[in-house]
Amino acid sequence: MSAAGPMLQIRELHKSFGRTEILKGLDLDVDRGAVVCILGPSGSGKSTLLRCVNRLETVDAGWISVDGELVGYRRRGNRLYELPDKEVARARANVGMVFQHLHLFPHMTALDNVTLGPTLVHKESKPVAEDHARELLGRVGLADRASAFPNELSGGQQQRIAIARALAMRPSLILFDEPTSALDPELVGEVLEAMRNLANSGMTMVVVTHEVAFAREVADTVAFMDGGVIVEAGPPRQVLEHPQHRRTGEFLSKVL
Amino acid sequence: MLRRADPRLLQAAPDAGYDGDGAGGPTGGGIAAAGTRGGSGEDEPPSAPAGIVTEPFAAQPLATGPTGTGPGGAAELIGGEPATVVRLRHPWRWVAGALVALLVAMLVRSLATNPRFDWSVVRENFTTHATLMGLWVTIELTVISMAIGIILGTVLAVLRLSPNPLVSSASWVYVWVFRGTPVIVQILFWNFVAALYPTLSIGIPFGPSFVQGNANTVVTPFVAAILGLGLNEAAYMAEIVRAGILSVPEGQSEAALSLGLTRLQTMRTIVLPQAMRVIVPPTGNEVISMLKTSSLASVIAVTELLYSVQIVYSRTFQQIPLLLVAVIWYLIVTTILNVGQYYLERRFARGSARSLPLTPWQRLRRLVGTNHARPAMAGAASPAPRSDRR
Repeated sequence: MSAAGPMLQIRELHKSFGRTEILKGLDLDVDRGAVVCILGPSGSGKSTLLRCVNRLETVDAGWISVDGELVGYRRRGNRLYELPDKEVARARANVGMVFQHLHLFPHMTALDNVTLGPTLVHKESKPVAEDHARELLGRVGLADRASAFPNELSGGQQQRIAIARALAMRPSLILFDEPTSALDPELVGEVLEAMRNLANSGMTMVVVTHEVAFAREVADTVAFMDGGVIVEAGPPRQVLEHPQHRRTGEFLSKVL
Repeated sequence: MLRRADPRLLQAAPDAGYDGDGAGGPTGGGIAAAGTRGGSGEDEPPSAPAGIVTEPFAAQPLATGPTGTGPGGAAELIGGEPATVVRLRHPWRWVAGALVALLVAMLVRSLATNPRFDWSVVRENFTTHATLMGLWVTIELTVISMAIGIILGTVLAVLRLSPNPLVSSASWVYVWVFRGTPVIVQILFWNFVAALYPTLSIGIPFGPSFVQGNANTVVTPFVAAILGLGLNEAAYMAEIVRAGILSVPEGQSEAALSLGLTRLQTMRTIVLPQAMRVIVPPTGNEVISMLKTSSLASVIAVTELLYSVQIVYSRTFQQIPLLLVAVIWYLIVTTILNVGQYYLERRFARGSARSLPLTPWQRLRRLVGTNHARPAMAGAASPAPRSDRR
């Protein structure tokens, strides 16, 4: 609708699994080009939040909009119509996602991993998609590994290819779900570096992370999440150094 | 060359030989020595303990040498001259081997000398027109039934995983019925289906029909056999394919969906290709099993391999030689199928194994080829994992 509004809007989001309520009326706005880092203890619903934005989970109440479009539903008058599979897929193409456990496609080369989406979803021709993929692999520093299979690459390299794979769809927004948590400590730096470059290029990013230093340096907004809501959000310096909320302070004192 | 060492050396040998992980260095006194010597284990040439060697073991006798407490103790135990590894002996393997050799000799002698095998009859009937036609029908039955089984089985597996309970339980009932009854009963049932439905027609349910046929002319014995074997096979294949689909981690589908692929695209390009690694080996079994099970079609007089030799021996009463004709042909075809399966598995192992296993051909070439490959295989007990890690 409006290219001027926030890239991502979340209002009163509720989500339960069985009897356990994970998200309890969460609100969040992410401006275009902004980088939001979400911190919080495990079990606070951070991953669920990202999965709802990409409609890997349905929501129970509240709504999410990406780029002015409602996620998963179409509104007509007073009713929300659930979207069919094809339209959900089309909407997902606009939102990239990078997973904690990498999830590269092991039976495909790095290059095929990156070109899969554009060729199947955007119907790009193979050469066009491959040119773009090689450029993206170059941006994450892996131009020379295009023909490698994932199991021939380190975790850090795999995660950088996962970033290139998400970028290949030319998304408006990229979600990172603890992208460095499953990596060996010495491989974390290269992935954060790729993400830093991405942030500097103006990509809108929502990053669930435990890397407080990264959040301090790169984020425009740091949001602290606990108990299914965002407890406090603001500029990194304010949230990380002068937390207003008791639980934020407690959490930071444990991880810092 | 001192290959047979004295008892003290024999005691030391297993320690040195099996110190495969290299963590404590190639010493009997392992951890203590490495700790005090500050990584002396790393400095040792890794091939020392397992090296295939020409010189006798340690310079000093074990009992008198310092054992890892004094400075340089353990290192000296094995250091200096290269040491000989004395391999563990396995006398019972020799006994078992001799027993097998004896049984093989008895079998060969009997095959060669018992006139009732009638090898000349086997030879005469091995490539007769009747035999080859029977073989061809067997192959036809196998291929068509497996094709039905694989396609219908995949459909059933996908239906079984459907969120619609009616659809998934329909698939479950199918598997329940067709896996729960003997295949020979099913073959007989399809053979006599004309008694149940004398005419078969294609048309609108409860409405007019467009094509109509006499069930007896449509369902020939061959068709009945195909139906019996194929529909039964589909039930087994459904379970195999379902196991394959379930073996692909959910994160794979989620990653594909998050790229904007539809469910069908995700299934086709991401899930099924990866499921193949799990699906192919048992499917290979099923093909081989189908080749043999197709002999059941002989009960409804389909002239496949078994029935075609039965026809001959019912005339000549040379049951054993003619059954041997069938046996040998079955073995030949299953052997070919085995080879095919091996290469198919290699094809789908791409991306899951760091290095593909060698083909038999490559293995043969390595064995007869360059000599330097052999010590590596002989010493596999310890240097192999070491080099993998680096």
